[in-house]
Amino acid sequence: MRRIVTATVQNRSGVLNRVTGLLAKRQFNIESISVGRTEAEGISKMTFVVDVEDERKLEQLTKQLNKQIDVLKVSDITDKAIVASELALIRVVSNAQIRNEIQGIIEPFRASIIDISKDSLTVQVTGKQEKIEALIDLLRPYGIKELARTGLTAFLRGQQPQVAEMKNYSILK
Amino acid sequence: MKVEAKPHYESQTKPKSGADLLVDALIQEEVKTIFGYPGGAVLPIYDALYRSGDAFHHVLARHEQGSIHAAEGFARVTGKPGVVIATSGPGATNLITGIADAMMDSLPIVVFTGQVARGVIGTDAFQEADVMGITTPITKHNYQVQSLADLPRIVKEAFHIASTGRPGPVVVDIPKDISTEVDENPPSVEFSLPGYQPNLKPNPLQIKKLTDAMAQAKKPVLLAGAGVHHGKASEELRAFAEQHSLPVVHTLHGLGTFPGSHSLSFGMAGMHGTYAANMALYECDLLINIGSRFDDRLTGKLEHFAPNATVAHIDVDPAEIGKNVPTQIPIVSDSKAALEALLKNSVSSPSTEKWYKKLDNYRDEYPLWYNNPETDMVPQWLMKKVHSYTKGDAIVTTDVGQHQMWAAQYYKLEKPNRWVTSGGLGTMGFGFPAAIGAQLAAPDDKVVAVVGDGGFQMTLQELSLLQELNLPVKVIIVNNQALGMVRQWQESFYEKRYSESILSTQPDFVKLAESYNVKGMRIESQQDLEERLPDALASNEPVVVDCRVLQQENVYPMIAPGKGIHEMIGVKP
Repeated sequence: MRRIVTATVQNRSGVLNRVTGLLAKRQFNIESISVGRTEAEGISKMTFVVDVEDERKLEQLTKQLNKQIDVLKVSDITDKAIVASELALIRVVSNAQIRNEIQGIIEPFRASIIDISKDSLTVQVTGKQEKIEALIDLLRPYGIKELARTGLTAFLRGQQPQVAEMKNYSILK
Repeated sequence: MKVEAKPHYESQTKPKSGADLLVDALIQEEVKTIFGYPGGAVLPIYDALYRSGDAFHHVLARHEQGSIHAAEGFARVTGKPGVVIATSGPGATNLITGIADAMMDSLPIVVFTGQVARGVIGTDAFQEADVMGITTPITKHNYQVQSLADLPRIVKEAFHIASTGRPGPVVVDIPKDISTEVDENPPSVEFSLPGYQPNLKPNPLQIKKLTDAMAQAKKPVLLAGAGVHHGKASEELRAFAEQHSLPVVHTLHGLGTFPGSHSLSFGMAGMHGTYAANMALYECDLLINIGSRFDDRLTGKLEHFAPNATVAHIDVDPAEIGKNVPTQIPIVSDSKAALEALLKNSVSSPSTEKWYKKLDNYRDEYPLWYNNPETDMVPQWLMKKVHSYTKGDAIVTTDVGQHQMWAAQYYKLEKPNRWVTSGGLGTMGFGFPAAIGAQLAAPDDKVVAVVGDGGFQMTLQELSLLQELNLPVKVIIVNNQALGMVRQWQESFYEKRYSESILSTQPDFVKLAESYNVKGMRIESQQDLEERLPDALASNEPVVVDCRVLQQENVYPMIAPGKGIHEMIGVKP
């Protein structure tokens, strides 16, 4: 099961190590992780994309994260109404002749060219992971020289549907 | 009790160094006993301790591992945090086994490690080790003090975190320049831990669910784990069990939480548990687990563990609930609060007479057993004798292995907090230093360290402490000249290929003890033991007793690895 889990943490030294170390120690598979500050001072947010076997493993993951002193809140937001986005930078082999062709490919993805050199250009794209992967597939035939992705970051939409089939992983289930 | 001791260096006007602030903070926490070992990075702290006069009793173990195991023994018996100080680098890394041990067995320990000065951290300085990196996975929490102003708050947080909720070890790493830095303005000690709010009171709905299940159950069983010790809930456990005539079985760490000789007690369950206890877990229809984490040594193969039972689990740590065994009634709570709530709820007791009779029959038909030869000693008999000579009232500490299981099986405990053993991590060399800590915590009690000849050789340097402090610890070496449990497994599962498990070369333990000015004796026969052990155990001095037991004795009954809890071997024929 691929799940999106967010954790609100106190921004203290070593907190990333605590969290990733914990996930490694308990044999959880992290697909991506992104970290950054939030609107509140001293508070950061981590977004993990994890691959877990079953619900019990998932419950363990959220509970173990919650046990960390520096972790304030853990939510599995996979099944909720969320906005989720990732940024990728893709450097593609290109010359003057095919620059326009690439421009044509990336335009529907609302990606932009942010750097050009003699024999390459760099595309910046943001959005859902499927979209980014689709663009990467399209650019691959041109020759990708370098690729960097931030990993997914996400939070809940301002309004949640009234009757959502939300799964509750609290122990009060 | 408020601590009156005022360190004589203290004055209102004089600015204080970080080390002074640490000493003040320890006095604030009512710390009286410190287990530690000095070194370069903690010189300022040891100077402040020296200047604090007799505010503390500092116990200088001869190896840092000895310090922390002693602190664990101290914490186990008192329920209060054990305090350890060690220097940077090797001082800190020598503590690792003890920190991991305390983590696995949920013991409140606060460790202060020195660190190199802030300016050279990360440069591979002399005696530098990444203590934060090393201890993060084996602590409940850890801190590196980055600024002097944080120190008093961090110490307060450390004690709070170590001793509340599910207890555990907390490490505070203090760079040397923080210890020497002087602050004119005393820093504040206010703290808030928004990410740490242990839930101690049970949810009434879940309590109701459990009492409803009890009203239905025909074959209920109570499993008492270490959480009963930590929650100081033995009396409530007994009242609850008696109120509903609930059979009680124990985990290794739960021994002593319920009187071993009580008619409702069916002994220890698990790999070397009693037949009755394991069958109670196998056949029950309602399992009420109080403060056990369903360790694999208890459950055996999970699919055969309580296969027909509704499982209720009371634990202060929500992450333990559902971790290993699917749980229908989760109760996140301190054990005492949960039992109090259960006692208040009037519930029609289930009719358990038939069930009790069945278990009672198992207990009579298949008791623990061994063959007793004419003159030679077997370890089971030895444990029984130690039990009877100490009237079952000693504090017993052990290492890990065969002797630990025999002590658990044959030293029937009646009271809580008198059983100090390394359960989760299974640390050889734990029992002897832990006994020193236990004796310091309970100076008027009889403390018996039951150790193996292998484990004792891992930490026996602490004999110095028996000599120095004249602690009347009784060390019983269950000497089978082998790493007994390893040898047993090699016999059973590796076709008797005894690879590196026979310790035929040994020191003369009697002379060894005598070289530390501790009384030593060797006992080789039953008659010898009956003549000499009673006096040795009764004396007010430390004694090391080298008991020569038969090497080939095995611990039974046993659930072989990978087998279910009902598939015991070595049950009384």
